[in-house]
Amino acid sequence: MKFLCVDCDRQMTFEERALPGDGTLAATFKCPKCGRVMALLTNPMETQLVSSLGVEIGGRTVPAQPLETVRKMVTTGRDDAFEETAGRPDGPTAPFWSSEAQERLGRVPNFVRGMVKRIYVDYARERGISEITPAIMDSARSELGLEGM
Amino acid sequence: MPPPLHIRTYHELTEADRSGLPDQIGAQRRRVAERLAGVKRIVAVMSGKGGVGKSYVTAHVARALARTGRAVGVLDADLNGPTIPRLLSLPALQIRDPEGAVTPAVSAEGVRCISMALLLEDGAPLEFKGPSTESFVWRGAMEAAALREFLGDVAWGTLDILLLDLPPGMQRYLELCDILGSAPDVLTVTIPTPESRDAVRRAMRAALERGSHLVGIVENMVGQEFSGTAAADLSREFDTPVLARIPWHPTPDTWSALGSRL
Repeated sequence: MKFLCVDCDRQMTFEERALPGDGTLAATFKCPKCGRVMALLTNPMETQLVSSLGVEIGGRTVPAQPLETVRKMVTTGRDDAFEETAGRPDGPTAPFWSSEAQERLGRVPNFVRGMVKRIYVDYARERGISEITPAIMDSARSELGLEGM
Repeated sequence: MPPPLHIRTYHELTEADRSGLPDQIGAQRRRVAERLAGVKRIVAVMSGKGGVGKSYVTAHVARALARTGRAVGVLDADLNGPTIPRLLSLPALQIRDPEGAVTPAVSAEGVRCISMALLLEDGAPLEFKGPSTESFVWRGAMEAAALREFLGDVAWGTLDILLLDLPPGMQRYLELCDILGSAPDVLTVTIPTPESRDAVRRAMRAALERGSHLVGIVENMVGQEFSGTAAADLSREFDTPVLARIPWHPTPDTWSALGSRL
């Protein structure tokens, strides 16, 4: 899917993606010449179709995780299906989790928790963040466009 | 009347696309190919007919092969009715989740396995997040994604053979061909009856048309209630061997003999 600014005859470029949480998706595109911005709004069924392909409009923000689609999308997963691990062993460079952040992470279903934890840890490591707090989690969610995490 | 628009077509727009959806799909395919690089052979166990014992045959052949020292994996591609873990007597366990790929469950004989049954709540159907109406539009794509992840996100390691236990019908086989980028070898399971033969014939023809090599036919549930010559008929028609005729109460030797012919 591409968008063309008809007045300028230029392909519009992806700007931003938003997931309002109601199953819909909004993505904005901008004409590189005149600056005109337009929004693509998908209904829940269309959004689901994109999700089911395992692709992300605007490009991937985090590396593909093992069984990512299954863990994000299956609602009848066993809570103890996966061993709770953070991925690579926590070493001296592993960020510290504040108690509030741990509590919030604990509310994530275990079926997907290991994957979510790994994404937050990677986010913190890449930015040199030593402590993961709820504010850091919010930043990661917003910056990485994490749906339902 | 306004003048007609003269706009460039999709393929005429060649500027970089940040979404890069084709690239993302390409990356998925590479992930699968890399993960399966150590798998010498992939065999889809299929049938156009339900209830003929595909999973039963798959599990017992896998165990027999593993007992001879072969490295064997089983991917339970029947996402909605997974039975392989029970047939392999897999203990209730947790899937290890290291970075990069999950670790498959391993049977007492050493068969590596992934199945939706290992992930779902006991007795729960496979349900996905998403709009409740018109789920038929996206559910198939979601199941195909699960199949792709079972292939590409499980640390299969080096295998002599990876058996894929497919559900009845052709849909999962076609998805498999698309994900693998080529048609896998096919082992066909039937029961002796003419009804099974007719359904299996369609599946075998479709598999041939997609380029699969027909490894052979297994006739299951031979004797007692079911009568007919399905395997012999299909063997003649498709010029492929009948590898085994499995009685109602097979012995371990039955499975060993079948394994040796694969």
